Amino acid sequence: MITVGLDLGSVTTKAVLVEGSSWTSLIRPTGYSPRQAGKQAFEELLGNAGLKRGDIGFIVGTGYGRISVPFIDKAVTEITCHAKGAHFLVKEVDMVIDIGGQDSKVIAIDRFGNVTDFAMNDRCAAGTGKFLEVIAAALGLDVSELAMLSKDADPVQTSNMCTVFVESEVISLLAEGVKRERIIAGIHQSVAARVAAMAERLGKGAHIVFTGGVAKNEGVREFLCKELGRDLHVVPESQIAGALGAALLAREEVRLKSL
Amino acid sequence: MKIFESFRDLSIMNLENAKKNKIKIVGLYCAFAPQELVLAAGAIPVSLCGTKNEPIAEAEKVLPRNLCPLIKSSFGFAITDTCPFFRMSDYVIAETTCDGKKKMFEFLRRYRPMHVMQLPQNSEGTRAFDWWLAELQVLRNELEKNLAVEISEDSLRQAIKLANRERRTMKRLHEMNKIDPAPLSGLDLMTALWVKDFNADKEDGIELVNGLIEEVAEIAGSGTSPFPRGTPRILLTGCPVGLGSEKVVMLIEKCGGSVVCLENCGGIKTLEYLVEENDQKDPLEALAERYLSIPCSCMSPNSGRFELLDRLITEYRIDGVVDLTWQACHTYNIEAEMIRDFVKKDFDLPFLHLETDYSSSDLQQLQTRISAFIEVAGRKKQQ
Ligand code: SF4
Ligand code: SF4
Repeated sequence: MITVGLDLGSVTTKAVLVEGSSWTSLIRPTGYSPRQAGKQAFEELLGNAGLKRGDIGFIVGTGYGRISVPFIDKAVTEITCHAKGAHFLVKEVDMVIDIGGQDSKVIAIDRFGNVTDFAMNDRCAAGTGKFLEVIAAALGLDVSELAMLSKDADPVQTSNMCTVFVESEVISLLAEGVKRERIIAGIHQSVAARVAAMAERLGKGAHIVFTGGVAKNEGVREFLCKELGRDLHVVPESQIAGALGAALLAREEVRLKSL
Repeated sequence: MKIFESFRDLSIMNLENAKKNKIKIVGLYCAFAPQELVLAAGAIPVSLCGTKNEPIAEAEKVLPRNLCPLIKSSFGFAITDTCPFFRMSDYVIAETTCDGKKKMFEFLRRYRPMHVMQLPQNSEGTRAFDWWLAELQVLRNELEKNLAVEISEDSLRQAIKLANRERRTMKRLHEMNKIDPAPLSGLDLMTALWVKDFNADKEDGIELVNGLIEEVAEIAGSGTSPFPRGTPRILLTGCPVGLGSEKVVMLIEKCGGSVVCLENCGGIKTLEYLVEENDQKDPLEALAERYLSIPCSCMSPNSGRFELLDRLITEYRIDGVVDLTWQACHTYNIEAEMIRDFVKKDFDLPFLHLETDYSSSDLQQLQTRISAFIEVAGRKKQQ
């Protein structure tokens, strides 16, 4: 039985195809149309595997664009999907921290990979990938360069949480001659502190898996460990955890139906 | 249900007629306003509590943006003269519930003759009771003076009976949703309960709801429901919701839940507690007791809310609790953390706290949270 999970995020679209115990994946930019991006990613995924639509048993869509893709069989929230995916990747996981482009989430999980509770940031972008992107742009950098630069720097605190205000605060810090490494470290620390506060509210996880695009940022990762006072499981598949979870849920759906 | 949607227009007509016949209309902002005193004064009580987003932009020209939308909406309606109920009100009763409201009323009194009742900060003990009883006496005098009437003991007793009868009827309707799956959607339930706040003639309203109860009983008897079997049964608690601010109720049901119990002010919170109808008892004292027992978060402490929730969660066989806080409502916002603890520890139920306003700007975000919450509640229910 072959199933597919599609995670239509605000920045990237992730697709995972699961067959038995093996799986393949791809990541593409979402662009302006999640519907188009979803369709293309799906077709490419099938093409790579030499499969046709008819070969796929079930498709679960997740991510903010899940509602706009007509060809999926079922839509499931990214919260449930990330939990499933993380549980598959790290068996003992009991908490997922997922920082994506638009939002950050903390998800508490039972030992079967089911969600027991979750917390999510409010409307504002503080503590999300978008926040980091805006800051990077203000510093004339690409967001992927942030982590490297902040290494070992002594963080300078910013007082604002609002993305727009932090941006101007960063600019005035630069004008004062503060080194940008320290500014970036400070920003990383503030993202980490915010997410850690959410995590503490849900109770302490012993095995925390860090997923989502920002999990690739070593700077945030380090500060998050510090704030939480424990290590994080970082998996190479962090970015596709949601899509993987979706594909696994699709597999459960097929199994349930064949009972 | 159709009739309830057109009910608002009907009430406006009825109120206009009443006005022509020189019957006074008194606007109320909160569940603490004792409508029996208004009824006993021969006037019609109507609710002015703002539940729509439209007038908020105007209100923000005067009030801070970072304020509860309910307060801004109420104020906005008044200053834009777009609420027929405010326009028709001859007199307004307000009270010092939360800080935002009480300061807003200082502006609002420029627009209508108004009396502000001073609420005690807690509902326990004799000092709070004596204070509140004295406040009711002041209100009584104010109403008598401003409406040029006398409020007799007898009319007060009658008003108490009438308002109780209305509460019992509304509660009966609400309790139809103890059936599983619920015969009434949360949205319909909310709309129907809303009737009591705009009704020119209470008897008409009671009759209307009695008719609805029969209808619903029939539907339920035949085993039909707007929800499939196994739909998670959700209790909504927190800040007041009404038509216009129903977005969370709507989203819960859109995402696959069924709102079977409304604990807020438009729902059970104000229907559970009856006024004692004992002829030996001073009616004003009976009123003071009843109104002071409303478990609102502006009371500190507010243990009544936990007792009420305890009962409702069991009686309505609840699968998940959603606690709604309007933006900048500090008392409900802070209390939410205690409610979370309580729901998790005592009932081990999924709990979701939402903080939002009346705008539609966060529908997407809310939908993700609510869907995930329903996924959790649904899975637990299946187990
Ligand atoms: S929630 Fe409290 S302040 Fe608001 S209407 Fe109800 S009783 Fe009044
Ligand atoms: S919702 Fe909260 S802040 Fe708004 S009026 Fe009611 S008690 Fe006050």
